[in-house]
Amino acid sequence: MRVAFLAAMMLVVAVPVAAQQEVPPAPFAYRQLPDPDQEAKAKALMVTLRCVMCQSQSIADSDAPIAGDMRSEVRTRIAAGEDPEHIRQWLIARYGDYVTYTPQIKPITWPLFAAPVIILALAALLLRGRFKRGERIDTGEQA
Amino acid sequence: MIAELGLAVLWMAAALAALQLVAGALALRPEGGQLGGLVRPVAVMQGVLVLIAFAALVWLFVTTDLSVKLVVENSHSAKPLIFKIAGTWGNHEGSMLLWVTIMAVAGAFVAVIERRLDERTLIATLGGQAFISLGFYAFLLFASNPFARLAQPAEEGQGLNPLLQDIGLAFHPPTLYVGYVGLSIAFSFAIGALITRNVGPAFARAMRPWVLGAWIFLTLGITAGSYWAYYTLGWGGWWFWDPVENASLMPWLAATALLHSVSVLQSRDALRAWTVMLGVLAFSMSMVGTFLVRSGILTSVHAFAVDPQRGAFILALLAIDIGGALALFTLRVSTVTEGARFSLLSREASLVFNNVMLCGILGIVLIGTLYPLMTEAYGVKVSVGPPYFNPVSAIFAFPMLVVMAIGPLLRWRRDRLTGDRAARVTWPLAVCAALALAVFVGVETLAHHITLLPALGLALASGLFPASFLPLVGRNLRRTPLPVWGMVVAHAGIAVSLFGMASESAFSVERLAALTIGESRDVGPWQVRLDGMMPVAGPNWTALQASVSTRYAGAAPTVLHPMAETFTNPPGTRNESALQTRWNGQLYVVLGEQAQDGRWQMRFWWKPFVPLIWAGGAMVGLGGLLALLGRVMSDLRRLIAKDKIAYRRTRQGR
Amino acid sequence: MSDNTEKPRNRLALWLPLAIFGGLFALFVHGLMRPADNNVPSTFVGNPLPQFDLPAAAADRPGLATSAFRTGKPRLLNVFASWCVPCAAEAPQLAALAQAGVDVEGVAIHDRPEDLARFLANNGNPYAAIGRDDKRVVQIAIGSSGVPETYVIDGQGVIRYQHIGDIRADDVPMLLGKLKEAASKGAGS
Repeated sequence: MRVAFLAAMMLVVAVPVAAQQEVPPAPFAYRQLPDPDQEAKAKALMVTLRCVMCQSQSIADSDAPIAGDMRSEVRTRIAAGEDPEHIRQWLIARYGDYVTYTPQIKPITWPLFAAPVIILALAALLLRGRFKRGERIDTGEQA
Repeated sequence: MIAELGLAVLWMAAALAALQLVAGALALRPEGGQLGGLVRPVAVMQGVLVLIAFAALVWLFVTTDLSVKLVVENSHSAKPLIFKIAGTWGNHEGSMLLWVTIMAVAGAFVAVIERRLDERTLIATLGGQAFISLGFYAFLLFASNPFARLAQPAEEGQGLNPLLQDIGLAFHPPTLYVGYVGLSIAFSFAIGALITRNVGPAFARAMRPWVLGAWIFLTLGITAGSYWAYYTLGWGGWWFWDPVENASLMPWLAATALLHSVSVLQSRDALRAWTVMLGVLAFSMSMVGTFLVRSGILTSVHAFAVDPQRGAFILALLAIDIGGALALFTLRVSTVTEGARFSLLSREASLVFNNVMLCGILGIVLIGTLYPLMTEAYGVKVSVGPPYFNPVSAIFAFPMLVVMAIGPLLRWRRDRLTGDRAARVTWPLAVCAALALAVFVGVETLAHHITLLPALGLALASGLFPASFLPLVGRNLRRTPLPVWGMVVAHAGIAVSLFGMASESAFSVERLAALTIGESRDVGPWQVRLDGMMPVAGPNWTALQASVSTRYAGAAPTVLHPMAETFTNPPGTRNESALQTRWNGQLYVVLGEQAQDGRWQMRFWWKPFVPLIWAGGAMVGLGGLLALLGRVMSDLRRLIAKDKIAYRRTRQGR
Repeated sequence: MSDNTEKPRNRLALWLPLAIFGGLFALFVHGLMRPADNNVPSTFVGNPLPQFDLPAAAADRPGLATSAFRTGKPRLLNVFASWCVPCAAEAPQLAALAQAGVDVEGVAIHDRPEDLARFLANNGNPYAAIGRDDKRVVQIAIGSSGVPETYVIDGQGVIRYQHIGDIRADDVPMLLGKLKEAASKGAGS
């Protein structure tokens, strides 16, 4: 049902373009870092940071101006040698856990990380029940 | 006139659905036997009437009848014809009408062709289908009438969102609707079988083509949707784990599981309760998906026709249909026995394992998608994105893919891997596994910047692809039944798609550049040069078009034309990326804005083997189509044989 | 291998799907009832303002630095831009606040001096100082996600409150109250 980018998307794309085109974006919004290793680091971080204006996009793939400025912020900090996780925590201190697509391990997200374990346990239970009975019947047949 | 006709016909169809439900319910009682004869013709008539109503709405859009509210809000007289037609379902009311149309037509189809299921289960099924349809009729007639008129006809329509004026998008939603509604038929079959307690191979036989058909459409719909997002979003991404994308993935996962368990039920009379459960689950996921998309309770880039009021209506339908079905399941299923047994090493066992793993992925996607909603109940905003979904779903997906390579080679009920079976099963699989291991070691030693998941994906895909063809070894290929071909093609398609995904994530090259005209840049093996800029005009848009000449590793140059379009009615902008496809990947070019110093912001990506993602998806769909074709042909053959026997009998005077 | 020899199933487990569905339903109802809130609030409230020193954005007002907030008197920090429509809508309320003796400091986002001058000429200029933030450095550093946003800063330079969106007429007394609160807190700390 990915039917349409509707109004929300249009606002994000259309309004800033119309209103702001004369003001240049921040230096590293649309420019990569010269050092490929640093750029790779910055990119890996940016795809996991959520744009705070455009609802459901990472800052790495949004045209929203604030996403561009956040990219610039991230690249500038990476270029200055800052650790990506440190930048993430810096942003979380300002925007909360909303800003990171990588859920942080905290009491409120424990169920999220418990989910695969619980599902695996349920699956094991379901499968064990079936196969154990199945095998018993097989050996019974062979005897 | 046409609008009133459409509305009247829609009311009549709703009345027939009510009749179909009542007659079906009464016919199941001992005293109402003769009412059973009514159900099939009513179902057919209902399908015909809804089709007329839908045709009326299409006509209103094609002629741009500006006295109809829906047309005014979603169309414009100066729009290309194809987008006028697509505008019919590019909005909430029209898409709901399309939904009931497909539903009623499918119901009519079941009524006409299904002859081998016992009559009571069929009547219960059609009654169930009428029950679901009634909910949607009520929704349409009371809360979202597509035929409502304006008191004063408008001067001109408000037009269609530019992003929707795309040929891929025009046909993407109906594809998914067919899938969802196909699952509603499977759901009705499951309900019918639960009501008559008749869960067995005949039920599976009747249900299977509908599941298969729905699954084909879902597969193609998701594949096309992903490609559409890839080329319109302009940042090279093809899957974002966005709530709306997840909403379309969840029914697919459930339908995939259902498809496999229903074939076990059909050929081995096993997994009865499990199949019924999946039948309920698959349609539940379609409804949950529709609810999530339309209610707007989750934020999404792809939000469509968001309105909490409509959300409440869909939620009520969801509660009645799914809650009712689950309650019926809980009460009845203990009287449905599990059916035949099998051992740990058997084809059934591998199918069960994969079923459970698919449901595991479904559980992860569901929890991850809804988790932000849960924490918001506690006043905390969190985001769950690719860094969660990718590795956690891989925990389930990778073992599943390994078993997918093995399962089709195993025998039903019980198998072993020693003796004569070693040459047939063990050794070929060992070769594939060695291949996968070699790729993994190769990737890890040659390119150690590649992270674990893509490396595992590349390895698994390389082993899986040859393994998918093993079921054909030793067979007479010309006599191999079509469904076997279907399975082989679909499984190979999964491997192809996985390879594309892993390759895209491992080897993509991104280049952002501000270029003056005449300037060049290297993008991986490509050399690109901005040759010029020129304005172009379309029917309802104007655009700035760049000419970019591209050259792959010194080969002859070709010219690409990325555009930045500006639409007039309604106003809006859209970036049209330009793609150049080679056998080994795709070059992706986007035109951005002009910087203050006069240079043009351009974005380039070289994505090795990325088209394989969608090629694989198409292969999976094709595999489904082959399986469906095999089924239809064997049915036809049986019908012809039956006619011949009957003919001979009459000739012999018996 | 007869089907009828099967053990009776665990009845409790059969209720599991229905229970899960009930939970989902409750979650969906809750989601529908709760008004959609797409604002991302700053989680930086309670922290001291980060260090910054922005150049002047308008000819007749100085630039803005963190030191301006350490004078012992609470102030408002208004994040705005000339290209933002709600920012023009809240101008009368800001003027009313300035009239009431509140110091309003401005941070102009992505603004050209000539656009800003025109905006101030049309809508009035309640600001004591306006810093020019062309890269949204300050905006991001205080966890602001859009324009306009208004922060209450106490006399020690600590962020005490964030108001998202334009200031309506009935927000004015509320903000005055927050400033008073900040004054007592700022003095106490």
